[in-house]
Order: sequence, then structure tokens, then C-alpha cells
Amino acid sequence: MAVRPSIAGINSPDGLRSALVGAQYLADEGLSTAAYLALALGKPLLLEGAPGVGKTEAAKAIGAVLGRNIIRLQCFEGIDAAAALYEWNYTRQMLAIRQAGNEYVNIYGDEFLLARPMLEALRSPESTVLLIDEIDRSDHEFEAFLLEFLSDFQISIPETGTVRAAQPPVVVLTSNRTRDLHEALRRRCVYHWIDYPDAALEAEIVMTRASSVVRATAEAVVAAVTRLRAEPLAKPPGVAETVEWAEAATLLHTQGNPWPQAFRKAIGVALKDHDDLTFMQPKLEAVLPSEAA
Amino acid sequence: MLPRAIEPFVNFVSLLRAHGFAVAPDQTNGFIEAIGLLGPRHMADINRAALAMLSIPKERTAEFDALFRAFFMGQTVAAPAVSGDEDEEVEAFEPGDGETDVPEGEEIEESGAEATIAESLSQRRFAERDESAVLREFARHAPSRLPRRLSYRRMSARHGDTLHMRKALREAVQRDGEVFTLPELRRKTRQRRVLLLIDVSGSMKDQTDATLRFAHTLAQSTDRFEAFTLGTRLTRITPALAPKNSDEALDRTSRLVADFDGGTRIGDALQAFLAVPRFAGFARGSAVIVLSDGLERGEPNALIDAVWRLSRMAWRVDWLSPLAQGADYVPQTEALSALRPYLNSLSDGSDTQAICHHVLNLARAA
Repeated sequence: MAVRPSIAGINSPDGLRSALVGAQYLADEGLSTAAYLALALGKPLLLEGAPGVGKTEAAKAIGAVLGRNIIRLQCFEGIDAAAALYEWNYTRQMLAIRQAGNEYVNIYGDEFLLARPMLEALRSPESTVLLIDEIDRSDHEFEAFLLEFLSDFQISIPETGTVRAAQPPVVVLTSNRTRDLHEALRRRCVYHWIDYPDAALEAEIVMTRASSVVRATAEAVVAAVTRLRAEPLAKPPGVAETVEWAEAATLLHTQGNPWPQAFRKAIGVALKDHDDLTFMQPKLEAVLPSEAA
Repeated sequence: MLPRAIEPFVNFVSLLRAHGFAVAPDQTNGFIEAIGLLGPRHMADINRAALAMLSIPKERTAEFDALFRAFFMGQTVAAPAVSGDEDEEVEAFEPGDGETDVPEGEEIEESGAEATIAESLSQRRFAERDESAVLREFARHAPSRLPRRLSYRRMSARHGDTLHMRKALREAVQRDGEVFTLPELRRKTRQRRVLLLIDVSGSMKDQTDATLRFAHTLAQSTDRFEAFTLGTRLTRITPALAPKNSDEALDRTSRLVADFDGGTRIGDALQAFLAVPRFAGFARGSAVIVLSDGLERGEPNALIDAVWRLSRMAWRVDWLSPLAQGADYVPQTEALSALRPYLNSLSDGSDTQAICHHVLNLARAA
């Protein structure tokens, strides 16, 4: 296992944490420790958590901190090697054969290869971060294929040969936990469960991400969202919803709406499901922040 | 011999293994390397390194914490009572919020006359012999007859809806660039998820044993399956039904489920089911089978609303009631008659034979 204790000038979890703050992502100690370990040990980082808690944002922030491009592979049911790894450009190959006529043409050259995210990451591991998003939406066949990829970081294209990564690429996997991932996949990764941030941290996040929001508003919104998350909703509001609700309410307030109205009018930014809205209708008064500054 | 510095960590991993955590040897290596990278400066570093590297399942974090404190800091904290795999007991919707227990009924619901002991024993022996034969028959037929849906993967076929470009090209290359046949791709099918919701309250207690055996057989013959019990609480029993031996599975289930033969609050239990997004996701697109007589205390509105929401997400909702024998059954309770329009079928669930027959014919009924 290659160990690189220092990467891009970061040599401790606290170093990573302060670097992430620079990238506008406020991580807690658990996340910065797990991310640092993944980078140092050359293992993939598996982030699990409720939807909207900031997993994809974390991966993007890590990429920004390391100064690398993010290559995103969005998983869906039925994703296979053709969508994830590479595909031959069949029409171009057939045209090349026709045009060549009796002469020789190499239809397995680089110009005919369509590189998909995983192959792109393998070809330039030192300048990319591979983000495999929502791995729980894929099926077992893809997980088995991913296991192979993550263990050796090499793939073999039958027609041209093996492509090996010069150094282990940085890989981040995210999952919404709608199904359990295979044990072998979890073992290969460094794991971290991202929980909803506590009230103080979430208020900080709101103020970092939305420059127009003042502290009093941020704290009021965070308190309201915490009350909302305690209710049995189909789609509990995530961190992004908190930020947007604060921003929307501030905007409406500057346009002349008094505070309670501003929050109530912008409720569609926080609760995005019709059943949830009807369920919360009678309780809305108790949950909404009454005033903010 | 191990260096003294890392001996405690290796012993900690053995302790975890003794308590049923599956930790592979290379994970131990990773754990020790991680500790080295972090310093370690204090105990929290070791704790975090363990959580990150040893793939502790989320449901067992409390147990892991207790073991960690007991081993490294000598504190014997009363560990939460767990046995084997922890189930998902849905009481609170937010962690650390305390329990919102669904209140129990005042007395246990009992209906019908009690048979004498001798009678019931003889009946049961007879039923058992029949029952295991029925279940074996079911297990044989289930994989081919359970409902299926289209998958997003494609396979080679003679008649399909898309062109198989890769195969066409490979054949063309062999034939000097000429395309003679058009191989096609067709979508595969895969089994639909089956979601079983079992009422284990007092009024259903005669059937509980048989129903759980059926649930175990179903779990062994399908790949996508989830089972929950409803009573005064909601308990997820899918992990308990995993072992192949039915007695062991039933043993595990009886340890998980605490509200056998209690009061009935199906409506509230179903609302609790829908309130957890992960569980509600199990119902999406699946064949939902509710095994209950529908007799419950409490407001019928909760039950009606829950079944309405379930019917919109699921592919089918079938209610199998032991009272619904005969084609002329009319539901007696207000709740069940109000539910009727949301159900795909309200059928006989009085014995294993009837349940198996219904489940095997789900695909045809649709």
C-alpha cells in the first residue's frame, strides 16, 4: 500500500480541515480525519449519509483543495462498462474500414476510443479526482466491476492492452444508503458517515455560502430546519435547502415582506414535497422562526 | 511476536471479531497504518481511525463505542442489549430524540373461542406436516413465478429493440467491412422486490408461527425481499431471516421482535414505516403484501392514509386477511372497508396454502 503522508502540502487532518474552509466547505473532525486517511493511504473514500447532507460537495471541495479536476461518474441502475469505462466509436470505425478499402487501417487506435470517466481518471491520476456519485443506485453487477477497478487501478482493453495508473488516483464514492453496499466494497474503502451538522456549524455554513444572510437570520433558519427534521417527512430538508431558504427569505425581506411572511412564502425552498407541505400546514406556525433580527 | 506498541490494537480487532464484527486482516493493517499517520494524539484519533478503516455497520455504532470504551478505557458501560444483527426499530425520527413509543392498548385483543390443549396440539401436528410440504412446493416454484419487471441492462437477442453495435462491428471486421446480419439487444427482466408486512398482534397469534416460516421461505427464494412486523411497533426482520435454517431464523426473529401478541396499532406502525425514507424506498415499485386481519385499536384515519400513500408508491398492495375466506367476504370494520378501494386485492390469508397460492399468482393477477 503506497503511503503518502503529505499531499499537496497537506500533512494532517487539521491541515485538510483548514484547507477545506478555504474552499468554502466546513468539515467536522470526523470527515477531515477520514478524508486525510484516504488520501494518505491511497484508498478510496466512501461517504454515506442522508440526501442533502453535503457528500458530493465534500468531494468537490477535496478536489478544489488538491488543485485537481473532478471527473464525475453518476451511477444509475444498469450502468455498465460501456458507460463507465470506455466505448469504441463504432460508426467511425465502420466508416474507416469502408474508406480504407483494400489498405490497412488500425481501427483500434486512440482516435476511435471514447474514454469514459474511469478511464480518464486512470490516464491522468495525478491531476484528477474521480467522483463516483450515488453508488447505491447501481446494481450488483456494477459493484463487482468496481471492486476489480478499485483493487488494482488498472483495466485491460482486450484490443489494445492494459492501462495502468502510475499512482493510485483519488477516488471518492458517495451513497444515500437506499440499499446496503457489498461488504467487499466497503472493506476496500475508508468509510465515513456524514450526519446533519449541529446548529452552530450549520449556521456557519449558511453564512459562508450565502453572503447576504446575517447571523441572526441564519440561526433562526437553522433552528426552524432542526424542528422540521424532527418531523416524519418524506423529504427532510438538507443543508443546501437550509442555505437556500435563508437566502430566499433574506431576499424577500429586502423586498418589503416582514419576517414571518418572508419565511412562509419561501417554504417551498425548504420543503419540496406536496405531501410534506400538507402535513406541515397545521404545524407551520410553531415551526417557523417568528422573527430574525 | 508483535511489537508491544501495536499489540493492543490487534487485540482490539480480535475483540471486535469475537462480537461478530467482520474485520479482514488487511483492514487491521490499514487501521494500524492510520493510527501511525494520525499521531495518535488522543483516544479520539484511535476511535476515528477504527470507524473509518474497519467498516463498522452504521446500526452497530453504539455497540462498537461500548466495546471501545470497555477495552481502551476500562469502562464497563452497560452496552445496549443487542443480539446478533440489530434490527431497525422505528421509534424516533431524529437520532438522540428519545423514544416516541406508540402507546399500547389497555388489554390484549383476543377473539374467538379457545380450543382445548389436546385439540390444538393434534391440529398443529397435522398442520405442520402439511405446511412444510406446502412451503417446499412454494420454494420450488417461486423463482419462476414471482412478478418480474424490466431491467435497465440489455442482452443479446435475436429480436430486440436496439442494435447491438459492438457485435455488429466485430462481425463486420471479420467480413471485410460488410454487415450481413443485424444483431439486436433486448432488455433483461429481473424479479420485483417483495415487501412483506406481518401483523404479529394478539388477534393474529395463531398464525404468527406459520407466517414467519412462510416469510423465511420467501426470503430464501427471492433476491430482493424485505420483511417487517407490525404490532405496537415496527421491526425490520429481514436480517433475521437470512440464515438458511428456518429454526435458527425464527429464533433470531423472536429475539428481535418485542411486541408479539400485544395490542394492534397497524396504522401507526405503517406511518412509522413511511416516515423513514429508507424504508419507504423499499416499497417503491415493489409487490407489497400485508398479512393482517385489520382489527385494530386507534384511529382508522392513520391506517387509511398510510395505505393510500403505500398504494401510490408500490406496484401492487395485496391485503391477506384470515377473516376473508370465501368469495362473499365483506369487511366488517370501518377501516378495512374504507381501505378497500386502495388495495389491489383483499384475499384469503387464513393458512399457508392460501397465502402461497396467492403469492405465486401475483404476476398473473396484474
